[in-house]
Amino acid sequence: MNNKNYGILIVDDEKIVRESLYKWFLEDGYRVDTAENAAEALRKLQSATFDIAFVDIKMPGMDGLELQRHLKDIDKSLTVIIITAFASVDSAVRALKDGAYDYVTKPIDPDELTHIVNNIINQKKLLTENIQLREKIDELTQFDEIVGDSLQIKKVFELISTVAKTDTTVLIRGESGTGKELVARAIHAHSSRKYFPIIPVNCGAINDNLLESELFGHEKGAFTGAQYRRKGKFEMADGGSIFFDEIGCVSERLQVDLLRVLEAKQFTRVGGEQVINVDVRVICATNKDLELAVKEGKFREDLYYRLNVFTIFLPPLRERKSDIPQLANHFMKKFSQVMNKPVTQIDPEAMDVLVRYDWPGNIRELANAIERAMVVGKPPQISKEDLPFQLINTNGIKPASDSIEEIEKIHILKILNQCNWNISKSAEVLDIDRATLYNKINKYNLKNR
Amino acid sequence: MFIEILGARNFEKLDVGLLCKDVKSAFNLEVAFRKTVIDFGATFDANRIQYNSTQILHLLLNSGKIQNNSKAIILTDLDLFVPILTYVFGEAELNGRTAIASSHRLHNEYYGLPKNEQLLQTRITKEIIHELGHTFGLIHCKDYKCVMHSSTYVEDIDLKEASLCISCKVNF
Ligand SMILES: [Zn+2]
Ligand SMILES: [Zn+2]
Repeated sequence: MNNKNYGILIVDDEKIVRESLYKWFLEDGYRVDTAENAAEALRKLQSATFDIAFVDIKMPGMDGLELQRHLKDIDKSLTVIIITAFASVDSAVRALKDGAYDYVTKPIDPDELTHIVNNIINQKKLLTENIQLREKIDELTQFDEIVGDSLQIKKVFELISTVAKTDTTVLIRGESGTGKELVARAIHAHSSRKYFPIIPVNCGAINDNLLESELFGHEKGAFTGAQYRRKGKFEMADGGSIFFDEIGCVSERLQVDLLRVLEAKQFTRVGGEQVINVDVRVICATNKDLELAVKEGKFREDLYYRLNVFTIFLPPLRERKSDIPQLANHFMKKFSQVMNKPVTQIDPEAMDVLVRYDWPGNIRELANAIERAMVVGKPPQISKEDLPFQLINTNGIKPASDSIEEIEKIHILKILNQCNWNISKSAEVLDIDRATLYNKINKYNLKNR
Repeated sequence: MFIEILGARNFEKLDVGLLCKDVKSAFNLEVAFRKTVIDFGATFDANRIQYNSTQILHLLLNSGKIQNNSKAIILTDLDLFVPILTYVFGEAELNGRTAIASSHRLHNEYYGLPKNEQLLQTRITKEIIHELGHTFGLIHCKDYKCVMHSSTYVEDIDLKEASLCISCKVNF
């Protein structure tokens, strides 16, 4: 695990090269030594072991090509990397044929340098160490951000545990606000990829042109303003996971690109030719009816089958009402810490309102309601009056009779309140057109109080 | 022991107070900011149109501008390199007294993206803490969220937090 156990020898006649590389690898924690010519390099390799040698191809006396062979004679397991100027790439290629691992051209791209060395060290580690050593850094998130003990959520926990251990693509489905990103993070946190990042991509939030550079990166000069190379989300997620939220919003052009990456596990940066390989686990989420989108030709069928391998359905909050008290208390504690406000309990009457409400915005709406209550309310408790108006309003009203008209009236009022009297939204929820809704509002004399 | 940030350029939008506060909370040491005039001319490489950061560190060490009992870091906007590499975001003397960080490649607009002053401030803060960490003898950390993680892309910097992870704190 510790880089100190790995030795790097730098052989170059230029002092400045030796010094800069020495320092670079010292900061990475490696044991580093330098030699200014072949003779010194051979001497050093005889008295100490090294894992990697950087060898300048052009040196007075014995050149890099020849030195490489002598070094390998002493230590067969030594990995040699040739340092070359642009002009002498041909001889570097010859060195590769002679057994050099790779070559780098001066000046070296820092990312390339890091990559080469990491790859070599990781290969050596696989040979010598048990990867499980990584577990040492362990700690962190259980499912502690996902709260509840209803049967429905327990089923979700079970699915997370099952799929986390594998490398399968996961599709998380559920209404907005049900906590799909938390599930994605939990899957990642319980996988062997947890020491690498999970990179979220909100497909609905980025415009199509930028999304390409966002996902795949771009080369210097790929378009106006692209003065330097940029690393895309796929590269950032290398070794870890990438989380596509709102995958249903991806444009048709990008669906093609995505499919290609998922199949080949490689891509090129925008404006680039170099093929980049990545090892990434894909997790997606959507609140859309993907099957319908496929039927309507808006979502590629082949991509749909790629993504829909293992599905986790997140129940809406109204279908797991027994979790509401626990969730409400969870958010109360969380916000009381953040706001530094000593709110310690939720009044039973207020809790009753919370449990009876239908939560069309799901957990996110519940979190917002608690946050708001904590802003307006007085410690140490949240009372009914601190809750958003629409909660109390709809829960308080009971139909005066069982007539269809009366029930329709109460129902329309409830939806209007839930949607903050946004007419278009309410009409959509009620599945009637706006004109009809206006007529009903007039007919029943409904008012936004 | 205290930390000095030497502003070698006028950073109009930089919130110096916030920067000092963030650096202070990373190391739990007093942090002072002052503007400094240093002539970097001799460190300019006309072929590469970049400045040699190793030479700048030498310049700083011999300038008499560093106070006793302090770590000094230059904040500049020059494009920096060390001779063997194409570029660096900054450089530090490992276990030494001097460091340099540049905002040059931390600007969103150099990557064809909209300007973002707040993001720039965060990136500068992380880069300064990172280089200062080296002056305290810290080496690169495997934890990608730790400020001492090695970053070769600006996007890697965005993944990090502006603080030392637990194991780096122990070594600090
Ligand atoms: Zn560093
Ligand atoms: Zn660390």
